[in-house]
Amino acid sequence: MDTLGTACLVVALLTAVYSAGAALYGARTGRHEFVTSARRAFYCLAGLAILATALIESRYLASDFRYELVAQNSSTSLPTFYKLAALWSSQAGSLLFWVLVLSIFSSVVLHVTRRAHREIVPYATAVLAGIAGFFVFLMLAYASPFATLADPPAEGNGLEPLLRNPAMMFHPPMLYSGYVGFSIPFAFAIGALVTRRTGADWIRSTRRFALIAWTFLGTGILLGALWSYSELGWGGYWAWDPVENAALMPWLTGTAFLHSIMVQEKRGMLRRWNLALIVGTFVLSLLGTFLVRSGVLNSIHAFGASTLGVPFLIFVAVVLLGSVGLLVTRLDDFKSSARIDSLLSREAFFLLNNLALVGLCFVTFWGTWFPLISKAVTGNESSVGPPWFDRYTMPLGLVLVALIGIGPLLAWRRVTTRAALRAFAAPLAVAGGALVLLLALTDAAESTSSLALFVLAAFVLAAVGQEFWRGAGARRVLAREPRPLAMLRLVGRNRRRYGGYIVHAGIALVLVGVAGSSAFAKHEDVRLAAGQTARVGGYEVTYVRPTAGVASDRAGTGAPITLGALLRVRKGDRVFYEHPSRNYYPSQDFSQGGPFGRFFEGEANSEVATKWGLTHNFWAAVTPDTSNLMGPIRVANRRFADASPDVQGVILAAIAQSYAKSPPPATFRLIVSPMVSWIWLGGLIAIAGALTAGWPSPDARRRRVRSLYAARLGRDLSRA
Amino acid sequence: MDPSRKRRIRLGVALCAAVLLAGALMYTSFGASTKTESPSKLLTSAEPGRSYEVTGKVVDGSIKREGTRLRFAIRDRDGTAQIPVVYTGTVPDPFREGREVIVSGKVENGVLIGERDSLVTKCPSKFTKAPAKS
Repeated sequence: MDTLGTACLVVALLTAVYSAGAALYGARTGRHEFVTSARRAFYCLAGLAILATALIESRYLASDFRYELVAQNSSTSLPTFYKLAALWSSQAGSLLFWVLVLSIFSSVVLHVTRRAHREIVPYATAVLAGIAGFFVFLMLAYASPFATLADPPAEGNGLEPLLRNPAMMFHPPMLYSGYVGFSIPFAFAIGALVTRRTGADWIRSTRRFALIAWTFLGTGILLGALWSYSELGWGGYWAWDPVENAALMPWLTGTAFLHSIMVQEKRGMLRRWNLALIVGTFVLSLLGTFLVRSGVLNSIHAFGASTLGVPFLIFVAVVLLGSVGLLVTRLDDFKSSARIDSLLSREAFFLLNNLALVGLCFVTFWGTWFPLISKAVTGNESSVGPPWFDRYTMPLGLVLVALIGIGPLLAWRRVTTRAALRAFAAPLAVAGGALVLLLALTDAAESTSSLALFVLAAFVLAAVGQEFWRGAGARRVLAREPRPLAMLRLVGRNRRRYGGYIVHAGIALVLVGVAGSSAFAKHEDVRLAAGQTARVGGYEVTYVRPTAGVASDRAGTGAPITLGALLRVRKGDRVFYEHPSRNYYPSQDFSQGGPFGRFFEGEANSEVATKWGLTHNFWAAVTPDTSNLMGPIRVANRRFADASPDVQGVILAAIAQSYAKSPPPATFRLIVSPMVSWIWLGGLIAIAGALTAGWPSPDARRRRVRSLYAARLGRDLSRA
Repeated sequence: MDPSRKRRIRLGVALCAAVLLAGALMYTSFGASTKTESPSKLLTSAEPGRSYEVTGKVVDGSIKREGTRLRFAIRDRDGTAQIPVVYTGTVPDPFREGREVIVSGKVENGVLIGERDSLVTKCPSKFTKAPAKS
């Protein structure tokens, strides 16, 4: 089956090369049948990618350890769900996943546009085929998912325990789908550049893909944050780690792109800027994949350096230089057809929001790559930490929230002072009211930046609410609909606009969650013996008793041993119980700790206990002290080393139970963070908004069909 | 003033502001940064009072807990020179002997006094292990 898999990849490479060649040849000679053939080659490429993925997944399911990939990150004891998801925890697997998603997305967009934009599509096809070909080439030359082992082991390494978390399993495919998705508008932008088609055609046909990519990337970032919060045992969700930043940067420029293309569609402005933005977004997506996989940021994250660095960098350089070259030679063709009339107009504020987003991206970029920059400038490698990032991103973030609120209240072209006053009166009043309430009722004033953010978020929510209210009000009068129905119809008929407003409200809530939880969280690291009590942020936490279990992990990670603690938590009159624990995975190395000790010498990680709440989250992690177990382990190692597996299982259970009987004090990390759940709640709202905005509207489809029908009728009439 | 000239001035002012802001950002990043060093370099040439970020592997058998304090030693990725570390605060789950970690702190009498909560281990997606031999 490895021959079949490799054959799949070889044929896929040839197909990609053919597709690119045929598309270019067809475009140059005007022979459209070659372009059609190139498109069909892409369908074939998607089929091959699906087949290759199915092949390797079937090996994962069968735990076929002849395959290096399967032996490295799966095992027979791994739950089926994690077996299937183990694919993208490896380098070769994630490359295959890139190709899979890219070929499917491309096939869809090429199918949808098969009768449109005859000039642009051939070049877009060639660009997409080039990208797909490059990734297939990487797999064949450097990291094949079908590599086999001459001497297959009886049992695999198993999936890294920290990755055995549902959020982590969906996070990588979401991120990759986001990265890949941006290659579609990028390819069409290159097509527009090559053919000097200055209109908004390339935007209209790929706008939805940009939105889908943006949604995937945003969801991926939120899931990564959730994983960090609920799995890593430190209780935070964002640390300005290069890998996190790598995903954030294309999301920021992608957000800017989604806004500025509206200006081009409505007013014919910002043409060059849009092209530059999508090129930047795609290059940042490539760099994102590269950062995660290459270990290039050596000093800080010198982890598992890979062989992909050089070819990847060459590819990024080719993409960047090629796009910039095209852009520069065509600057005059892509001049704006209009100018900004007034600074008090929607387009002017879109421009400002673009600047703020690109500024945020620049800060993130500078900080992420600073180790390399400082080495080049001063010769010494240095790095900047979260406080540096916070100092610059916080003010830019505040500006951005203000712009989110102001932008939709302004009309295109220009606003009269009277109209502006009418639009701003209610949201400003709400923001003022929120400020007074926050100062009077809460201690939000302790953190000025958080207070500012809360007030600005109230302004945004009021502005969004006002738009909905007024829109529905107009429908109610004109169409004589009751208000709830008018509200639904309003959103249904103007999905892009009102979906966008829902996203705005969601993002405002996410930032409220970030501000609340980062400024007002309380945490304690304490060492407690059974029966002792600690206090954190108004919560009274009592360590009731230790717990121990064999093969009883509630999260279904397949951990053989779980040690934990039962906590009684009291806040006012409310009492609840929490059960944080720590999973122990055996070391595969039998020399470490002997047949029994190895169960405590391998990986260990926290299963965090979290009590989710709208106002506060209570979060607890425990690190049990296993030093008392060393005695029983030594005895067991000596006396039961050759016992049958069943007996060894019983002995292991007895060792674990002995922890519950006489536990030494355990170390706890307790965190009470206000409003942290709003991050994911707001995220869900934003995703719902993005889906609303991207969902095809029946009206639009009817209009499209009608115009196609009219065109055909016209053709037939002219022939007759 | 004619509108095109006004526009050009406005653009110039905006560009100057952007360049100034970017310059400030770049300038402060050099001041706020922590120097990255390897354990061996730190042993030979650590300035007292300066903050360093050290990357190295946790030496086998060196981890000792003293209440909430943690003592361990880190060595160069390819080398044996090692420096002892005293650390308080959260210890990430992946922290183990033989694993690569990053810790920030100041050197006092040949011992790295770790900054609270500064210990970082590598992102787990990058763990690579040799396949188990049976």
